[in-house]
Amino acid sequence: MEENLLLDAIERYRNGEMTGQEKVFFEELRKNNPDIDQTVAEHSFFLSELDRMSEIKSLKHNLDKVESKLLNEGFFTGRPEKTKSKVIYLWNRYRRTIAVAAAIAGVVSLSTATVISKYTESKKVAVITPLVDNKLNQFENKLNQIEHKLNDATTSATGKPKFEANFRATGFLVDGNGYLITNAHVVDKAKNLIVENIKGDQYYAKAIYTNDTTDLAILKITDTSFSKVTGLPYTFPKTSAELAEPIFTLGYPREEVVYGEGYLSAKSGYYGDTTSYQISISVNPGNSGGPVINKDGEVIGIISSRETNADGVVFAIKSTNIYAALRQIKKVDNINIKLPTVNSLKGTNRVKQIKKLEDFVYKIKGN
Amino acid sequence: MTGLKTYEQDNDLLEALAANDANAIETIYRDNYSAIKAFIIKNNGYTDDARDIFQEAMIIIFEKAKSGSFVLSCRLQTYLYSVCRRLWLKKLQNQQRFNPSFELNHEIVPVEDELEIHEQKEAEFQLLENALQKIGEPCKSLLEAFYIEKKSMPEIADLFRYTNADNAKTQKYKCLVRLKKIFFEQYKDKD
Repeated sequence: MEENLLLDAIERYRNGEMTGQEKVFFEELRKNNPDIDQTVAEHSFFLSELDRMSEIKSLKHNLDKVESKLLNEGFFTGRPEKTKSKVIYLWNRYRRTIAVAAAIAGVVSLSTATVISKYTESKKVAVITPLVDNKLNQFENKLNQIEHKLNDATTSATGKPKFEANFRATGFLVDGNGYLITNAHVVDKAKNLIVENIKGDQYYAKAIYTNDTTDLAILKITDTSFSKVTGLPYTFPKTSAELAEPIFTLGYPREEVVYGEGYLSAKSGYYGDTTSYQISISVNPGNSGGPVINKDGEVIGIISSRETNADGVVFAIKSTNIYAALRQIKKVDNINIKLPTVNSLKGTNRVKQIKKLEDFVYKIKGN
Repeated sequence: MTGLKTYEQDNDLLEALAANDANAIETIYRDNYSAIKAFIIKNNGYTDDARDIFQEAMIIIFEKAKSGSFVLSCRLQTYLYSVCRRLWLKKLQNQQRFNPSFELNHEIVPVEDELEIHEQKEAEFQLLENALQKIGEPCKSLLEAFYIEKKSMPEIADLFRYTNADNAKTQKYKCLVRLKKIFFEQYKDKD
């Protein structure tokens, strides 16, 4: 008997999927062949180990769920979770101001331009605009369709199914095994996600982690056609960035990759939000999720939003938030994401830096 | 503490825990966590330690409850406390700071045998985890989807973009053979 057939039979036997006759035959076979009997015993043991892992993982999932529920209630600490209560407190305190500001911003945005996305209405802080481009215009859609048709014609084997994206943003690799960082608001409502590198290779991805408070999301490329990439050129600093530090970014406010540069203008974000920086840089919808990099090639932040009624006021999530996200992923999903440790951008000129960088910044599309 | 709860209720809780019921888990946390936290904190631990130990104890009890042969010989509260206490003392011992300087006025039962079995299982769990890390992608995700998350073959074929369930199955078979090989190599080294 072929080994794969045997393993298959063992699994069906264990799961009680065999018919009466088959079962009798199988047991007979086992009795008469010590080798087969040995394989059955070994494989059954192995399968029971896998079953146990499955059970424990789903229990752990529930334990974590209950823990975080209790944590929010303040069950463990005797008071509601510290950071959370602070946010809620600030929120309550500023709610009125924000509401007024939002109303004004609403008027401004209506009268000025089309760049204000529909997110402005639904997001909690309405005066800042997440930089997702969810108004991919008809012209671009048409172009995409043509591109798809061309692709389908030439590479029907690996061709992706028809995919009509209705938003576009940016993301970048944090681990060559296919883990990307972007904003939570980018992937929040997405049903399907595709990431695309500068060469135009597209891969399916899914969000394995999102955090609405920090607005960070981590995606995993699920496509089997994706193979591990190496040589991520940037690193992630453990300390805070300095005021006036020059910074630059790469992103996809258009179908083509766009470079932008600026400086760090404040160490906190909107309304003193300490989880983000204020930077001065020219960005547009579609830049969301792009890396903010200093001259030494360290990713200090992730572009997330901009103030609607002020020019050049952009907010970037501090990259130090990534560490907490990775810890959480390790705890909940037991996935070990390793940040790059070798920086090959340091000490080279900007053009060379961008050349090295551009392969690792991805366009994120979805619907 | 919760003197009104009866053995019957304990058994119901155990049964629900074996079924991985979130409400039962929550009830057990609410009824027991504070005593265990108090013990651990009085003995050189932190809140995080208390949460880790509590989770580990829950896994031990979950597995016992699932085995079907487990009969509580004391209150669930006592049993859980005893397991946590033992786990924590063991941890202190491993860190060379063994001084159970503080005991709560709490009933305990011996649980050494259980913990020994658990430790061995835990080691096997770790071997399997290591083996899964070693086989790489897409094997890891594929096997996890089937054996851990219990997804069906057509679902997996769809998720991993195989043309049909049979292709996915062939791939899964190849991955499984590799995983088994790595697992058993480590398993034999261990002994």
